[in-house]
Amino acid sequence: MDKPHDRGGWETDESIDQSEHPAMDWERRLAALGRVLPPGRFMSTDVSRRGIESIPADQYGSMAYWERRLVGMETRLVDEGILTKEEIDQKAAELEERWEASQ
Amino acid sequence: MSTHDGHDHDHGDGEPHPGMVGDASLGYYGTRYRAIEALLIEKGVCTLAEINATAARQETRTPMDGARMIAHAWVDPEFKQRFISDPLAAMGELGYRLPDNVVDTPKITVLENDEDVHHLVVCTLCSCYPGTLLGAPPDWYKSLAYRSRAVKDPRGVMHEFGLDLADEVEVRVQDSTADLRYIVMPKRPAGTEDMSQEQLAQLITRDSMIGVSEALEPDRSPAA
Amino acid sequence: MNGATLPKYGPGDRVRVSSEEPEGHCRTPRYVQGRQGTVRKLHGSFRNPESLAYGGTGLPRQPLYLVEFGQPELWKDYKGAAGDRLWIDLYQHWLEPLNDRRISQ
Repeated sequence: MDKPHDRGGWETDESIDQSEHPAMDWERRLAALGRVLPPGRFMSTDVSRRGIESIPADQYGSMAYWERRLVGMETRLVDEGILTKEEIDQKAAELEERWEASQ
Repeated sequence: MSTHDGHDHDHGDGEPHPGMVGDASLGYYGTRYRAIEALLIEKGVCTLAEINATAARQETRTPMDGARMIAHAWVDPEFKQRFISDPLAAMGELGYRLPDNVVDTPKITVLENDEDVHHLVVCTLCSCYPGTLLGAPPDWYKSLAYRSRAVKDPRGVMHEFGLDLADEVEVRVQDSTADLRYIVMPKRPAGTEDMSQEQLAQLITRDSMIGVSEALEPDRSPAA
Repeated sequence: MNGATLPKYGPGDRVRVSSEEPEGHCRTPRYVQGRQGTVRKLHGSFRNPESLAYGGTGLPRQPLYLVEFGQPELWKDYKGAAGDRLWIDLYQHWLEPLNDRRISQ
């Protein structure tokens, strides 16, 4: 079974894209959040990796690095019962409405 | 890029206010992140101040910090031994702020290039990187293409970065699969005997500390 | 209580990487599974990430080794030099001693 995160030696002739994008705000904050959350069972490096590795193969390959990190974190938070998917969906919808109203 | 979020914008109510976006548009992932952050703050799992402070501190480490340490190691053989045996302690020696939890910080190992061996570092499983010394990794280091090809075709990857080595030089790829992080100490270029440490540090690029290229030659360095 | 497994290997030992393909978190990439390498160094003993990833204690600590592989042996049609090597950090429970699998000539 091919695990999508286990990438060493995968067939590809793709050249390395050396362009760099300035970090988006949410990416920087996600990096910080990962360091702030209590270590141990909840959000150690190992637990965080497992969250990312649970991303299905068809999505893993098309997601950017920080997108995978975010999905990995959301998976862990929901699995641990810290947050529910429904409340995240609801809060995301509220923030979206508020942002549109402010434009 | 807006740095709005980098400022201390804590209104004390724990809720990010609508103007604190920092990106041109929220986008799916940006919104998702902000929702998660807002909920965690609401539930008291963490505070906005903690996130802001940590985000600000993240920005302070750059490749020049690693370059300065390597330049110091190039000129001072005793420091070099200390740096190789314990890079974090050596970092502290030079006055850099160490991580709050040094015990939990992954150990960093220095891979020294010489005439016979050239090192290249990758993390095929996820993108581990010696951020404590170098700051954030470049996007290409985290790319699926690099993670796939660095182990299987290291010379091909290096060629794309402008480096071709003779077959007599062993190209040694290090895959960081456990909790050790690796930094490459590039070879000191010839003709640099009279350069100051700060000038030497200008030759040591981030890419040379990953191993896709070597340190710059003196006549190609940016003006000090 | 002894929270660590004793190290079995030392520098120079030839080892074979297991090829088990477990479900769940593992830190041994597929490209070295089933391959033969040489131990270069014992890093020390660390908590097992395969247990830590599920909230376990990671005990007993497992010895972690730096293992070297020849690149031409790892990859069909390897495009580099014969002397190129790959070094990778592997946990003891993934390694088997090679002399146990010696095939008589």
